[in-house]
Amino acid sequence: MKIRIKFAKYGSLRFVGHLDMMRYFQKAMRRADIDIAYSEGYSPHQIMSFAAPLGVGITSEGEYLDIEVHSSKSDQEALRALNEVMVEGVSVLQYRELPQGARNAMSSVAAADYLVYWKEGDFGCPDALPELSRALREFYRGQKEILITRQTKKGEKTMDLKPLIFELEAVDVKDFRTARKLDGFPEEGLQLPCQGVGFFMKVCTGSTDNVKPELVLSAFSDYCEATGDCGFRFEPFRMQIHRVEVYARESGDFIPLGEIGCHIN
Amino acid sequence: MRKLALNDEILLKIDKPARYIGNEVNMVRKDPEEVDVRFAICFPDVYEIGMSHLGIQILYDMLNRRPDTYCERVYSPWPDLHAIMKEQKIPLFTLETQSPVREMDFLGITIQYEMCYTNILQILDLSGTPLYATERTWEDPIVIGGGPCTYNPEPLADFFDIFYIGEGETRYDELLDLYKECKEKNCSRQEFLEAAAKIPGMYVPALYEVTYHEDGTIASFGPVKEEIPARVKKEIVMDLTDTPYPTKPLVPYIKVTQDRVVLEIMRGCIRGCRFCQAGMIYRPTRERNLEQLKQWAYEMLKNTGHEEISLSSLSSSDYTRLKELVTFLIEEFKGKGINISLPSLRIDAFSLDVMSKVQDVRKSSLTFAPEAGSQRLRDVINKGLTEEVILEGAGQAFEGGWQKVKLYFMLGLPTETEEDMREIPRLAEKIAERYYEIPKDKRNGKCQITISTSFFVPKPFTPFQWAPMCRRDEFLERARVVNEEVKQQLNRKSLKYNWHEADVTVLEGVFARGDRRVGRVLLKAYENGCIFDSWTEFFVNEKWLSAFQETGISMDFYNSRERSTDEILPWDFIDCGVSKEFLKREWEKAQRGIVTPNCRMQCSGCGAMQFEGGVCFENKN
Repeated sequence: MKIRIKFAKYGSLRFVGHLDMMRYFQKAMRRADIDIAYSEGYSPHQIMSFAAPLGVGITSEGEYLDIEVHSSKSDQEALRALNEVMVEGVSVLQYRELPQGARNAMSSVAAADYLVYWKEGDFGCPDALPELSRALREFYRGQKEILITRQTKKGEKTMDLKPLIFELEAVDVKDFRTARKLDGFPEEGLQLPCQGVGFFMKVCTGSTDNVKPELVLSAFSDYCEATGDCGFRFEPFRMQIHRVEVYARESGDFIPLGEIGCHIN
Repeated sequence: MRKLALNDEILLKIDKPARYIGNEVNMVRKDPEEVDVRFAICFPDVYEIGMSHLGIQILYDMLNRRPDTYCERVYSPWPDLHAIMKEQKIPLFTLETQSPVREMDFLGITIQYEMCYTNILQILDLSGTPLYATERTWEDPIVIGGGPCTYNPEPLADFFDIFYIGEGETRYDELLDLYKECKEKNCSRQEFLEAAAKIPGMYVPALYEVTYHEDGTIASFGPVKEEIPARVKKEIVMDLTDTPYPTKPLVPYIKVTQDRVVLEIMRGCIRGCRFCQAGMIYRPTRERNLEQLKQWAYEMLKNTGHEEISLSSLSSSDYTRLKELVTFLIEEFKGKGINISLPSLRIDAFSLDVMSKVQDVRKSSLTFAPEAGSQRLRDVINKGLTEEVILEGAGQAFEGGWQKVKLYFMLGLPTETEEDMREIPRLAEKIAERYYEIPKDKRNGKCQITISTSFFVPKPFTPFQWAPMCRRDEFLERARVVNEEVKQQLNRKSLKYNWHEADVTVLEGVFARGDRRVGRVLLKAYENGCIFDSWTEFFVNEKWLSAFQETGISMDFYNSRERSTDEILPWDFIDCGVSKEFLKREWEKAQRGIVTPNCRMQCSGCGAMQFEGGVCFENKN
């Protein structure tokens, strides 16, 4: 049977890269006695696939991986067994059986939600940005297209970001958190910023058109600089990017990957 | 949540930030406020190397079993971070609590190879502790060194407060208890060090004085005070069954060199190869208990989730119950997605059988280490492997489907002649010919014989400790002879020859047999910017050569001359259990090409019997 696992990654674990997280989970499966299936051959490997790689430095409360198992404990028991062998900085939030024929996590990813906020640190807090919300609306809704140039192997390439951004708004991060309490995600997983201000965005994600939040923010930063509108400048080291959720798209709607699948008793 | 010592901007800029965050699976957590002794244990190389070292894992586990002690880890920051830490004056920190190393009570550094010596200075420098031991105060940790290189600690004598000679399991409790007592009684640092020097195995270099003859050799060596012992005897665990072993070892996030469960099955080696320091200083050979190893294998796989298990020893084929252990591992774990990685076993029917069970025969290679090309020279070095045995083993392996063979040799061994060098490719040729004896339709294309040579460095406490070492150009000339001979072989297309650069080797020679005075070269080299010298991408020979020039120290004095057996050697004050008389006998036998039987065949009276156990007393109860 196929299992989908949802987990959060935060704290110092944000410096552990994607490939190392895969290795981490392979070892965790064995520590937790999950009856995972192996491929054939001289060096068998676990049947496991991750939804969407998370960049180094980014935290998340919406990471997914699919595994194949021969048998399974109940979802609650499996959740407990996995969390008992986790390190500080990884929490397993969900463990569900996938229906027969469900597409795997990686191939079904269509979008992801991100929260981006100013982090505490040696930098101090940003000046109040009352204009941020309005400027962001004009940047996103007011423009017909958001053209950016990207450096590719074949030289510069111009592309329009707008159709790949599904939502973009300024939010109060504390309010956002209150409205969206997540079971099993520790309070300290988000280092709440000095002021409540931040960005929320839903962007196209996956193997074909993958939009990184940094790309949207630097396009907005360029816009602000060009128009003289609002004082926003994107300084990557001062901002924390936090992935909130990853979605599949089914008949036009975005469905969180965790909603596909059912409980195991 | 733990706060990291490095800020995000730095961590996102440097290579592999996960080297510096700690928090790995099975990391020990304690409240530093609740302990009496804070101990930083350091492997002075990059994280991936340091995390692969079994000794550190053993000591980390052992020290943390003490409720009054918190042992944390430190590794060398990679040059990218080194530059940032120097520039921004960020003090070196421990991984566990991310605290400055200077706040620790002890800084324990394992010294595994000579080319990490500049990294030791880097660790001290970044920690903000004075490099010279005599300049330290109670504000600084007690800097203590251990590991194989402490069998000649003299090149590092000025930089360490204490060297612990021998195996760590036996005396740390006593040392830490003494430390606590001294702190409570408000002793001076000097008083503590003098008391520590009386604990067996502890060498406090500042309490010993050396004088030199005009020709540069040592005239006298001894303690400055009467009550300080004149000789330091190595510490050793005689009962390996009841020693602590890390059954919950750390599991790193990033891929490290030894990314697997390691079972130490044995210490010491019965073989007595005359070039091998480990084979002498770890005597007598002691085996671990089979049933306990089986138990640990279960626990460690369960506690780490590793997908591979491997055995560790100097010569696994000599473990008396190897067959049972390997059979157990295969039967128990092979079907559960666990790889069994076998150390280089002696090639025979048994090892070929188990290897074919755990590896893909077509991809894996067989390893032989004849060390010398001719039987004459193999007799000189007391390496028991004969051509007949190699060809027999290789033949069986080829019949079993293998087609890759790796051969390891040393160049520059005592008494080596050009004929000995030329015998290296000729041996490889005979192996290749053995392969092509197999009918064409039964073999799988060409065979691949890889010859690797390293250059011989004489080491303390071996019968070759008196031998002259080749100079750089002599080494390279020998490699050229071998290479030329390779090209003359019939099956040269199946042979591949690799050799090392010789610059690093001559430096190893100086630090292996150096005295206190070579510490000055080391410091100068570090000031010149040398770190990570064992990494070819960072090794800069010119900086080293100018360090020698600036300090007026001669490489030839340490490397090229033959020492008389009457000379006082810098490491003579250490008693490693093997007597100087035995080493002299072996040195003489070597020159006459006479072999010495291994410990199980016949006792040769090396002196290790004084420890009252191990192989010396096998079958005697």
